[in-house]
Amino acid sequence: MISITQPKPFEEVLESISQDQKIYLVGCGTCTTTQHTGGKAEVLAMKEKLETAGKKVTGWMVIPTACDPLTQQALAVNTREIEAADSILAMPCSFGILTIALYTSKPVYPALDTIFIGKEQSPGNFTEACIQCGGCVLGKTATICPITRCAKSLFNGPCGGSINGKCEVNPNTPCGWQQIIDRLTAQGRLDQLDEIEPLKDWSTSLSGGPRQIILES
Amino acid sequence: MKAGTNLEKVLTSGQFAVTAEAGPPKGTSARVVQQKAEILRPYCDAVNITDNQTAVVRMSSLAGCVLLKQQDVEPVMQMVTRDRNRIALQSDVLGAIALGINNILCLTGDHQGFGNHPAAKGVFDMDSIQLIRVLKNMRDEKKFICGEDISGEVPLFIGAVENPFADPFEFRVNRLAKKIKAGADFIQTQAVYDLVRFTKWMEMVTDRGLDKQVHILAGVLPIKAAGMARYMRDSVPGINVPQSITSRLEDAKNAKEEGLKITLEIIEHIRTLPGVHGIHIMAVGWEEIIPDIVSKAGLLPRPVSGKVPE
Repeated sequence: MISITQPKPFEEVLESISQDQKIYLVGCGTCTTTQHTGGKAEVLAMKEKLETAGKKVTGWMVIPTACDPLTQQALAVNTREIEAADSILAMPCSFGILTIALYTSKPVYPALDTIFIGKEQSPGNFTEACIQCGGCVLGKTATICPITRCAKSLFNGPCGGSINGKCEVNPNTPCGWQQIIDRLTAQGRLDQLDEIEPLKDWSTSLSGGPRQIILES
Repeated sequence: MKAGTNLEKVLTSGQFAVTAEAGPPKGTSARVVQQKAEILRPYCDAVNITDNQTAVVRMSSLAGCVLLKQQDVEPVMQMVTRDRNRIALQSDVLGAIALGINNILCLTGDHQGFGNHPAAKGVFDMDSIQLIRVLKNMRDEKKFICGEDISGEVPLFIGAVENPFADPFEFRVNRLAKKIKAGADFIQTQAVYDLVRFTKWMEMVTDRGLDKQVHILAGVLPIKAAGMARYMRDSVPGINVPQSITSRLEDAKNAKEEGLKITLEIIEHIRTLPGVHGIHIMAVGWEEIIPDIVSKAGLLPRPVSGKVPE
């Protein structure tokens, strides 16, 4: 599973740092490098764009894995250039950005939007598989998540817009419920869907506020 | 009787029911709903008020239903789970009953991406089948989802929809069975044009005896122009418009007349099918044709409310 990111429009990036003249750039060597959104090449391209836009880039680095605690040491090595900047423009995913912010007093701005946690289905094709809702139903749905794969997160699908195996919301998206039915049929357990899935407890999901688990030693 | 509504009386007495759909305005005019009520009153047993259909903001279904009632037209309140969570949905059910609205149709709703606020957050706290079960539990157990008691009576006649033209075809009947199991009293289907497929679907329904457990009203959507037929075929997910219908409308001297003729033929066929208990006319923006459809289909007079043979 990796974080899937997309570059924000450059105008939006410029707007977020409009008060700042001197910028320090951070990329990430893991997810955003894989997706060509925040690796070395993209950081250097951003440097050039910022300079063209009249900003001064005090320095840059690509942290191997920005969401790792080692980010603290990586930032420490570059203290001088970071301190010379008004703010940090960050090109890891949100997890990396949050980690960077833990270890610096400088304002940190995201240059990317973190869209979802997903996997690379085929080369260059990143798809979402799980929204981490805290109430897994994969056992009932032939390991295809209806909450993630169905545009309406139906628990008792498919809706009336499932046509030729595709979702009505996007004809390029497979209907998650068609996939569920196909797999359950192949496994000879389609009759499991005769049961009405009860209402979901969303308190384990985002609705409950930030989630935290503390392991007992 | 579960709710004693006119629609329930007509259906349980075994008469062929006629319902229609009225879309509320994209504005504040009560007159728009009142005018539709005036047109439809003698021709329907109940009228659905849609709930922000196609995810376009309109006057609320609850308000539209109250306006219908004031015009002596029995409302069916449509309720989608797209925009409201379980707190708001249950609250609106209580309010509807307090206002004398007892037919409620449960839907998940068109995805917000199709509407005029595509950036809206889709709620989808539950789906339509779960909403049906919630309503049944409110009525039969007088309980909220949380298990607490509801004060007062909860008379409800619970409706649901089904689309025999969506995929996977075989599973559409399973899904109907799930809606019945959840507590649906009546079903209004997606618009029927493809009679072959609809006939097949009804056979599967009657083979399983589902028509004995729920009242099925077949959806009818009159088409007034060839362009409209093509649009529905190409752009409305889950509607099959056979080429023969498009061609007839294209070749017709008077497309509206031809559209009416096609609609009447569809109704005639539907009425021959065992297990169909009525029709639901969705004359989107063409409500004035409904009197013609109902009278020419020989479905007049409608049973007078309260005077239906028990």
